[in-house]
Amino acid sequence: MSENSSGSAMRRSISIAMAGSGGAGVMTAGNMLLEAAAQAGYYGLMTRSSGPQIRGGEAAAMLRIATHPIEGSDDRFDALIAIDWLNITRFAAEIPLDGESLLIGDPAHGEAPAALLKSGARVRSVEFKTIAKSIPGGWPNMVALGLAAGLAGIPQAALEAAIGKTMKKGGDARKASLAAAQAGIAAAEPLGRATRLAPPEGARDSRWLVTGNQAAGYGAIRGGVRFVAAYPITPATELLEWMAPALAKVGGTLVQAEDELASINMILGASYGGVPSLTATSGPGLSLMTEALGLGVAAEIPIVVVDVMRTGPSTGIATKTEQADLNIALHGLHGDAPHLVLAPNSVADCVLTTQWAVHLAESLQVPAIVLSDQAFGQARAVVERPADVSFATRRHTAEAQAPDYKRYALSESGVSAMAIPGTRGTTYTADGLEHSERGTPSSQASDHLAQLDKRRRKLDAMDYGEYWADVEGDGELAVITFGSCTGPVREAFARARDDGLTARLVSLRLLSPVQPERMARALQGVRRVLVVEQNHGAQLLKYLRAEYPIEAELSSFHRPGPLPVRPDEIHRQLLHWSRA
Amino acid sequence: MTAMPAVALTPQTFKSDVKPVWCPGCGDYTVLSAITKALAKLELAPESVALVSGIGCSSRIPAYTTCYGFHGVHGRALPAATGLKVARPDLTVIAAGGDGDGYSIGGNHFLHACRRNVDLTYIVMDNRVYGMTKGQPSPTTEPDWDSKLTPEGTGLREFHPLVIALASGANFIARTFSGDPNGTADLIVQAIRNPGFSFIEVLSPCVTFRPEQRGWKQLVRPSPVEPTDDPGRAARRLMTDDGFNLGVLYKGTRKPYQPAKAPSAKPADLEREFVL
Amino acid sequence: MSPVRTPRKASRRAAAKRAPRAAHAAANAKLEAFMKQAYAMELEAAERYAEFADQMDIANNREVAQLFRKLAGIEGKHAAQILEQMGWKQAPLGVQPFRWEGLEGVETGEHLEMHYLMKPFHALSIALKNEDRAARFFAHVARQDLPKAVREAAAEMAEEEREHVRWVKEWIARVPQPGADWDRDPDPPNVND
Repeated sequence: MSENSSGSAMRRSISIAMAGSGGAGVMTAGNMLLEAAAQAGYYGLMTRSSGPQIRGGEAAAMLRIATHPIEGSDDRFDALIAIDWLNITRFAAEIPLDGESLLIGDPAHGEAPAALLKSGARVRSVEFKTIAKSIPGGWPNMVALGLAAGLAGIPQAALEAAIGKTMKKGGDARKASLAAAQAGIAAAEPLGRATRLAPPEGARDSRWLVTGNQAAGYGAIRGGVRFVAAYPITPATELLEWMAPALAKVGGTLVQAEDELASINMILGASYGGVPSLTATSGPGLSLMTEALGLGVAAEIPIVVVDVMRTGPSTGIATKTEQADLNIALHGLHGDAPHLVLAPNSVADCVLTTQWAVHLAESLQVPAIVLSDQAFGQARAVVERPADVSFATRRHTAEAQAPDYKRYALSESGVSAMAIPGTRGTTYTADGLEHSERGTPSSQASDHLAQLDKRRRKLDAMDYGEYWADVEGDGELAVITFGSCTGPVREAFARARDDGLTARLVSLRLLSPVQPERMARALQGVRRVLVVEQNHGAQLLKYLRAEYPIEAELSSFHRPGPLPVRPDEIHRQLLHWSRA
Repeated sequence: MTAMPAVALTPQTFKSDVKPVWCPGCGDYTVLSAITKALAKLELAPESVALVSGIGCSSRIPAYTTCYGFHGVHGRALPAATGLKVARPDLTVIAAGGDGDGYSIGGNHFLHACRRNVDLTYIVMDNRVYGMTKGQPSPTTEPDWDSKLTPEGTGLREFHPLVIALASGANFIARTFSGDPNGTADLIVQAIRNPGFSFIEVLSPCVTFRPEQRGWKQLVRPSPVEPTDDPGRAARRLMTDDGFNLGVLYKGTRKPYQPAKAPSAKPADLEREFVL
Repeated sequence: MSPVRTPRKASRRAAAKRAPRAAHAAANAKLEAFMKQAYAMELEAAERYAEFADQMDIANNREVAQLFRKLAGIEGKHAAQILEQMGWKQAPLGVQPFRWEGLEGVETGEHLEMHYLMKPFHALSIALKNEDRAARFFAHVARQDLPKAVREAAAEMAEEEREHVRWVKEWIARVPQPGADWDRDPDPPNVND
């Protein structure tokens, strides 16, 4: 059964958007709908979009609810529920509608705009305002919530549980919301049963409702991070905001810095002091941090920087996703500066990848950049609880009074014991100046070469195990991708299977250092490779070409943000490339 | 000369075998010496002290001591020192550097370090010039001092670090002269003992690019008045003095910034909020 | 400032003990304090000369480095002699040297007078200034209203310092006078970090 078919009696996945202008409360309604879906045993994903206004702006909550785990948006929406039409056309590209879609508006706000009508969507009317008014304390957004739940076939009990969970206080308000939602469910009845989901699968007990930003923050704490310096930036702010109270609970500290130059240097200072440290930012902040990242490389101080990527360059589109920071993450540092670059490939994977990044950074005494993106960071999803993993190796520290201590000793592995302040008899100065084994500044060619070799060697000598990439599937066609393109690629693979096409997936979790031997094994027997990424410059393709001796024929599917990459685009590319 | 018992801490205990690259005659030598004297007087073990610096002549200072050192990037000594102290409150953290590092490229951090009031001591060796890049004007350089980069002088009024520190919330503000190593050592002792952000401006001549600064010796004098804890009074004094009054000029009573760190939960407890 | 200080007739403690019993304790305490400061003065002078020697080494001015190292050694011996004369098993800690006519100890060379191209003449001129100031200082102390033991010790030290002044003057006479262009450097300063 096709997941995206609109006419099937037993739907496995539906997509509903709720939109409205300032004060309409569509985000609250969207979150409640996701919660209700989760309570009912469905999986779900909610992304959001809004105008540039701080208050009063038009906003859209975009939900996908499914019987099975989902990692990204679908190609189209089954319904757009508009509490009003104000400025709604800004979402036309983000909320694709077709002749099977429902375009539901309130006649009190007039006709639907032509830009939406031209999709051919079937227009239906629901009097949100009038219905809400008929219920004392009722709100149109709660009517919309009920309507959406009714369309999806989410049981009323789950909706009640979600409303109860969200509105813990205020009995009257809760009752009013419930009554309005019930009226919404009733309003969905005449719209038919075509959008109703099949019964949920599996037990919901093992699931989480989490955002990518929260997942990354939690992964960091699981990895041992106990110091965070924070400078707010969209779309990374929520990661930092989640960590502030969470860190305090586990005995860590978060300091709000005056800028990103300060935040990166603060975490270098804290980590130099022996405390695993992290900051989170987005492209503009990462740009400011690159000098100090180089210091982390040279002075061999482990830190983790989570870059929740947004559309660039410059300020770009702050609230929208793109995978265009790959180049700066890989190559942004001056000098020869080997460091780690990782990327989670699902909302849930933000836990593992960030935890792993902390482990690798600590073990290798090197900065790690984690390339999350807005599509993960600000998405809220129902996911299976990520498995518990623990990484044994920690930072290699010096013993007190270590004889003939050399901070930057040229060890075989390239990793040398790091003395933590407070340790007697091993004092040294961490330095961004090139240095001798002892850390004394040196401009000698021999020291420079030896230390460059050491810093390269420790990254190359590490056994990164199976986490380097998610390698799945079979066949002579492969897709290499990373980050938030992975979900749409997986979904495209599922559709391609229906066409009789099998393919292999290599979703890179470790972008640097490169793993050519593992890649060669993963691509054994592959004749054609499609590289999928969300940026304008085909950054991953160029990187693969430069760093990997891939014998298979390479093709590229790349396009920039801000619109999410959808499974159908990749599906078509796969078919095209397999037949070319 | 070194007939001291092995356990006693002397200034020599804090001097490393790395020899300074400073010009003979540089004021920074006496600041180094003053720091070692102060640490000996405070009876701090070398491993319990961290010196953090940015880039510039004076920022080379950490490696010349036997303490833990952090020689970071230009202008960022204070953020690194802040992160270190907040993460490791048990350490004595001293940030040190020059006027270009602290007031120009690092100017924003200076304001916010004063504001934040973390228990640090910040020593700025001010010679009113960029030395390592061959003599360009810094924020504290006189407007008519000409250089290759600014042939007619900057024409800009000088930055007033002590006033800025006061306005931004520093908890201890002092000025000293490198020609007075013992007085400087005393001030460093007081600054380290004073809770919160302590700022010491050291007039530290550059004999290479500003040889006329040798004349500071004739200009400096002990501050004619006792330190005050009244910011208003301190502001008036600092705004009206000629920049050569030495000593503690302001000593506040603000509580230092140090978030509590006692854990109340295990990391695994945090995932409860995600569970359905 | 001969390499070896002239031996004293009796130990300083013995001198203090000759005072009447009641005044004895107070006089002895004052003498101790005085000698501790004198010790700190010699020690600081020695350390400063050693620092100057290091600076000259780094500046590749080996000749003057050697001279400063010699001066450091001499002042170090003076400090050790005070320990011996006072019968101190341990060096007094945390004592600051006398300060007089300036911000630093009376026998301490000033950093500001250093120059990377300086000649032995300049180094010895610094030493001369220090010895002369020390001699005048001790003579000044010897004239103050202080216990006899302290005045005697100060007078004796003043005499010693005057001897050093004469000795350094002889030394200066033996080294060449620097030419007018002694600090000329055809190259500009170096660029670093």
